[in-house]
Amino acid sequence: MTGTLPGGPLTGTLTLVRLALRRDRVLLPVWIVLIPGVIAASASAIADLYPQAAQRVALGVTISSAPALQALTGPVFDATSVGGLTAWRLTTMASVLAALMSILVITRHTRAEEETGRTELIGACAIGRHATPASAVLVAGSANLLIGLLITLALAGQGLPGAGALAFGLAVSGTGWTFTGVAILAAQLTEHARTANALATAVLGLAFLLRALGDAARIEPLSWLSPLGWAQRIRAFAGERWQVVALFAVTGLALVAVAALLSARRDLGAGLLPPRLGPRDAAPDLSSPFALAWRLQRGGLLTWTIGFTVVGAMFGALAHSVGDIVRDNPSLAELLSRIGGGADVLTDTFLTAELGLLGLVAGGYAVQATLRLQAEESAIRAEPVLATAVPRWRWTTGHLFVALSGSATIVAVGGLTTGLTHGIRTGEPVGQAMRLLGAALVQVPATWTLAGIAMLLFGLVPRLTALAWAALAAFALLSQLGELLQLDDWIRGLSPFSHVPQALSGPVRATPLLWLDAITAALSLAGIIAFQRRDLRGG
Amino acid sequence: MANSPAVLISGLSKRYGKVRALDGLDLTVRTGEVHGFLGPNGSGKTTTLRILLGLLRADAGHAELLGGDPWRDAVELHRRLAYVPGDVVLWPSLSGGEAIDLLGRLRGGLDPRRKAALLERFDLDPSRKGRAYSKGNRQKVALIAALASDVELLILDEPTSGLDPLMEATFREAVAAERDNGRTVLLSSHLLSEVEALCDQVTIIRDGRAVETGTLAQLRHLTRTSITAELDRVPDGLAALKGVHDLAVNGSRIRFDIDAEQLASALRLITDAGVRALTCRPPTLEELFLRHYQVKP
Repeated sequence: MTGTLPGGPLTGTLTLVRLALRRDRVLLPVWIVLIPGVIAASASAIADLYPQAAQRVALGVTISSAPALQALTGPVFDATSVGGLTAWRLTTMASVLAALMSILVITRHTRAEEETGRTELIGACAIGRHATPASAVLVAGSANLLIGLLITLALAGQGLPGAGALAFGLAVSGTGWTFTGVAILAAQLTEHARTANALATAVLGLAFLLRALGDAARIEPLSWLSPLGWAQRIRAFAGERWQVVALFAVTGLALVAVAALLSARRDLGAGLLPPRLGPRDAAPDLSSPFALAWRLQRGGLLTWTIGFTVVGAMFGALAHSVGDIVRDNPSLAELLSRIGGGADVLTDTFLTAELGLLGLVAGGYAVQATLRLQAEESAIRAEPVLATAVPRWRWTTGHLFVALSGSATIVAVGGLTTGLTHGIRTGEPVGQAMRLLGAALVQVPATWTLAGIAMLLFGLVPRLTALAWAALAAFALLSQLGELLQLDDWIRGLSPFSHVPQALSGPVRATPLLWLDAITAALSLAGIIAFQRRDLRGG
Repeated sequence: MANSPAVLISGLSKRYGKVRALDGLDLTVRTGEVHGFLGPNGSGKTTTLRILLGLLRADAGHAELLGGDPWRDAVELHRRLAYVPGDVVLWPSLSGGEAIDLLGRLRGGLDPRRKAALLERFDLDPSRKGRAYSKGNRQKVALIAALASDVELLILDEPTSGLDPLMEATFREAVAAERDNGRTVLLSSHLLSEVEALCDQVTIIRDGRAVETGTLAQLRHLTRTSITAELDRVPDGLAALKGVHDLAVNGSRIRFDIDAEQLASALRLITDAGVRALTCRPPTLEELFLRHYQVKP
């Protein structure tokens, strides 16, 4: 193509785009089909389940009275139409998925390439300085555009208003573009792909948090701070506000421009922070595979712990305000008391939903920490360790132990800080902290099953460890959409999180927890034994 | 123990899917010798070493290491050996010194004085983080961790591939010292000069099979000598002589390779032709190597 100047900073961009498309020829189409597919399926399910406008309005009232739901999905702008309900239920989820896709694609083609030294190989060819990041941005940006287009076509094809369908598509594309910018900026700041992913995902988490708090507690400015909040405030099928699209475009371009400035100022392979020196000798306790696993994972665990502390504290601080909605609204209070509750029940539903979310997200930590085994193996760092007098099972259990204890710790910390800040407002910090800690710990066995799944995959089919992430996504979808789509109980029962007993409302049933623990133990053991018997990969 | 070999491999086979990495390999390393394991890239050297380390399981054949089974007795055997991989990858967040200590301790302990001496000799700064090292310095980290451990057997997979010539010399001294201390060394390499300088015994591997094994002298016996001579006249019949290869005549100057068994007859022809200058060169391992890996038409 002649669009790029010969010898300019973008020379070779299109060749690199082709390379990226070749490398992603399976993954990218899956994302591009998956996101519009889920939306189309949900829209037609909503049309089937709520054919009458009256039914939809009733659902809208229920939604408006449940801040916990709004924390997860955002406000419902127009419950009378199928499109309005679809936009309410799926905008956040689809936007989060598009953002995740953008982050993974960008990091994979920029910082990960640089870390492995492949960029050096490429950079020595006739390739412009900005060609690598530009090609990644082009690929992620086009994928998001395609997703938006498919969403528009799918929804309009079901007979929903064209303008709303287009607005929905643009909301998802726009979030994807913004996080393309976030990810390309993160890739300039850090030296490692892992850290770049973590940084960009943390921004996504923060965006979710701001919107969740803003929507649950009805603080509009808070929601407007978050790109996920913008996605909803395009108001697809509910009086579209097209100027929000410009907000996405400007933010995305600004982030890309800052990244380009930074990229031009740094050396290949370097981050912005200069590398520090380490100790000349190892501390005496760095002498076992477990100590190594802890050393490699402690930084990540600290970050997750801080994240869960902040999230827990913010949700806890707002929980009491959720009850205020009822206290200020007599007709809503009456409605709720008819279904057996008042302001406190509303607060507890909100807290239960929050703890469920913490358990699910901690499942992401459990998968990541367990799959550190695979990262070590494929980077050929497992080989020198296993060539010493370290039995394989001690190496695997070291990382597995970090995954299990770490995920339990972050869930506990999240529960504890939720209880603490909630208790400070209600005047019983210690009592609420203990109550919420207990309720949080109930989530742990379900969270652990994900570590078990990851461990089994690593031992048995290391090529398919990505399925552990697929399992996490499936569990999240089941708990988010299972009720809406009125799926059969046995399908929803496939998710371990559907077996977590209610902990805030009464005594906890221990049986399902013991079952979940037994399943985790069986999966882990099978994975450890399978790894004991297989060839080491990598190299 | 001195009588039983440190490594005994016979008929070893390993496939990766359709690719046959090892195809009936035989290899014997006697205790106390420095054994060169020579072959081009992709000939199966690393696969062999990984099987010896119990990281891979062989499909067929027999492998014995220090009198034990490499897969079953892996942990016990690993206390008695040290391994330097061909591609050293370090933990980005650990310093070189930490990595050396850790690997030594996981192996059962290392001698801090020896570590200090080796750091000095290899001129390595142990306080840099793993990500800040060049390829050669990463290699040094793994070498120091291996050499500072008190073990019977060293398994080295192309250990000098990133080292500069000065460090290569240091490495050779270190390996010679290990041999003098009675240690066994299995050294895989495609650097012929390295094997030539260090090894008592050599096994050449090609396409997963041992094609030649013996002392360097024995291997040379099988091969040719290069002769360059200034003569009064070019002798008749040299080109027709059996065992003469690559004859080049440039005025009165000739150059050719000659099989060992025909050396005497060739020399006789030359002396009869009036020698003014003569250079006889034993084959370098390079030539030996080339012969084994030349693609035959």
